[in-house]
Amino acid sequence: MKRYELIEHTADIGLIAYGGTLAEAFGNAAYGMFSIIAELDNVAENQSRYIELKSSDQESLLFEWLNRLLYYFDVDLLLFKSFKVNILTRNRLTAICHGEKYNHLRHQLKTGVKSATYHKLKVDSTKNEVQVIFDV
Amino acid sequence: MAKWIGPLEKIDAYRWRIPKSYKAGMRVDGLIYSDKEMVEQILLEQTLEQVANVAQLPGIVGNSLAMPDIHWGYGFPIGGVAAMEIKDGVISPGGVGFDINCGVRIIRTNLTKDDVLPTIKDLVDALYKNVPSGLGSKGKIRLRPGEIDKVLASGSRWAVENGYGLAEDLESTEERGEMSGADPSLVSSRAKERGIPQLGTLGSGNHFLEVALIDDIIEPDIASTMGINQIGQVVLLIHCGSRGLGHQTADDYIKVMLDAMKKYGISVPDRQLACSPIESIEGRKYLSAMKCAANYAWANRQCITHWVREAFCRVMKIRPADAGLELIYDVTHNIAKIEEHNINGKKKKLCIHRKGATRAFPAGHPDIPSKYLEIGQPVLIPGDMGRYSYVLVGTEQAMKETFGSTCHGAGRMQSRTAAKRHLRGRDVLKSLAARGITVRTDSLSGLAEEAPQAYKDVASVVNVAHSAGISRIVARTKPIGVIKG
Repeated sequence: MKRYELIEHTADIGLIAYGGTLAEAFGNAAYGMFSIIAELDNVAENQSRYIELKSSDQESLLFEWLNRLLYYFDVDLLLFKSFKVNILTRNRLTAICHGEKYNHLRHQLKTGVKSATYHKLKVDSTKNEVQVIFDV
Repeated sequence: MAKWIGPLEKIDAYRWRIPKSYKAGMRVDGLIYSDKEMVEQILLEQTLEQVANVAQLPGIVGNSLAMPDIHWGYGFPIGGVAAMEIKDGVISPGGVGFDINCGVRIIRTNLTKDDVLPTIKDLVDALYKNVPSGLGSKGKIRLRPGEIDKVLASGSRWAVENGYGLAEDLESTEERGEMSGADPSLVSSRAKERGIPQLGTLGSGNHFLEVALIDDIIEPDIASTMGINQIGQVVLLIHCGSRGLGHQTADDYIKVMLDAMKKYGISVPDRQLACSPIESIEGRKYLSAMKCAANYAWANRQCITHWVREAFCRVMKIRPADAGLELIYDVTHNIAKIEEHNINGKKKKLCIHRKGATRAFPAGHPDIPSKYLEIGQPVLIPGDMGRYSYVLVGTEQAMKETFGSTCHGAGRMQSRTAAKRHLRGRDVLKSLAARGITVRTDSLSGLAEEAPQAYKDVASVVNVAHSAGISRIVARTKPIGVIKG
C-alpha cells in the first residue's frame, strides 16, 4: 500500500496520506512531508522527540501535528523519518518521532516547507486518509 | 485540475470582473487585472474561486482584487488585495500568508558591467559565503537573551544600531523597516525560538540574492532620482522574508482566529481564511504580532544588506564611499496595514491585506520617502532568475482602483513537481550559464523547481500593471549572478 501521494499545486505542494489506521495516516503524512524536505534514505534514527498535542478538532490536530514537526526542524534541525502516532481522541494525540540531526555532508535537502495550511485540509477517519497542502 | 467555470466579464483589455451575483455570500465584485492570454491560464485553475471567496469576508469594500501576477494560492489567491472597513471588517492571517513581510529590496552601485563581469564568479562566491542561505542554514548573529524582542519591536533600526547597514537605509524602506505598535509579548516563544538562529539568513524556495545589470531605462528622469543612471549599471537585489518566526506566528494566530470565529458568528468558505474583527482582542493581537514578524523580516534584509556590501567592496577592491551602494527601496509583499484611502469621496481608514502584492503609492503621498515625493514610490518586481526584473513607480490610478497596490512578481505557471519532472537542476544551471548567469545554490533540485520555464514572463505581468495604469515601468534589470536559497 502506498504511504502517500503528492498533489500538484501551482505555487505550492500537497499530499494525500493513507494508513491502516488514522494514526498511521498521520504518521505517513509526516513521512511524506519530510520526504518533500529531504532525501530520507540516508537519515538515521538516533534522535527522538515525544510530542503531545491537543487541538479543537481533527483537522486542526493534523495541522498542528505537521507544524510541530516543522518547528523541530527549524529549531533543532531534526529530520524525522519514523513516527509512532497514538490518536487518543478526535482532538488529542501523542507521538514518538525518530530521526537525525541534519548534517550537510550526509543529507540532501530538497524543498523547504514553510507550513501546513488549512486550504483543502481533510481528515477522513472512515477511510483513514488525510490531505494537506503546504506553503513552500 | 478542473477548469473554473464561473462568470468572468471582460471590462477592457486589462480588467475582468466576477460579478457579486456569482455567489450568494459575495459582498463585492471580484476585479482581476490581466490580459487575454494570461486569463486563459488563470481559468485552468481554481484561482478565481479564491477571489470570489475573499469577496465574502465581512467588511470588504471596493472589490476583491487580483493583481496581474495572480495565481492559485491557499485561501487567498497569490496576488490578492482586499480592503476591510475598520469598524465592521475582519483581519485574516491567511490574507497575509505564512511568510509575513516576504519582500524585496534593490541596491544601486557606482559600478558597471565592465567592472564586474571579469570577477563575477568571485563576487557570487563571496556573496554566497557571506550570506547564509539555503534550507537548514543558521545565521551568524548571536543574539543576547531577550534581544529578539528588540528585533521584533524595532526591525531595521535594531539592525542599523547594531552595525548592520546605514541610517540612510531606513529612509529607503517601506515603513522605515519598523512598524509601530509591535508588541513582542504577543509573539509565542516557539516563534522566537525559530527566529533566533535564523536571523540574517536568506532561506530557501524562491528567495534569492542577485547581481544584475540595468538593461533598459524607460523613464530616465524617474530612474535618475533613484540613482539609476545608465545601461550596464550594476544593481543588487535581495528577496527574503521572516523565516520560521513569521511562519509560526501565522500558525499561532490562525488557530486563535478559528476559535474566535465561533464567538463572533463569522463563517468563511475556506478555513485558511480564518479571521476576526479588526477591533476585536484577537484581531488587535494578531496585527501587533504580525508587525513584530514584519519587523523581523526587515531586520533580516537589513543584516543581509550589510554582508552584501561587505562582500561586494572586498571582491571589487573598492572603498564603501566609492561603491555607491545605496538602498533604492525595500518593499513588502505579504502584509496587512491600516491605511487611509478614499471611499466614495470620503477619506477612510481601512485594513489593506496584500497577499503577494506590492504597495504602489503615487507621487506626493505622505507615506513615501521625501526623495521620491515627486516620482512616486519605487515598486520592485522580480522576475524569474533567467530573464529580467523591473523597477516601477506607484500611480494615482492605483490609489483610485487598487488601494495603492500592484503586482509582486512573475507568478508561477508550472507546479514544482511538474518543473522537476521536466527539468534537472544541472541542466538549468547549464542553460543559465549559457545566458551568462553565474549561479550558486545549495540545492540543485530547488534550482529545477525555480527554473525560468516554471514562471510566467514577468514582462507580460508588468505590462498589464503599466497598461492598466496601476503602476508605471521605469527600468529593467537583467541577472548576471544569482544565489538561490
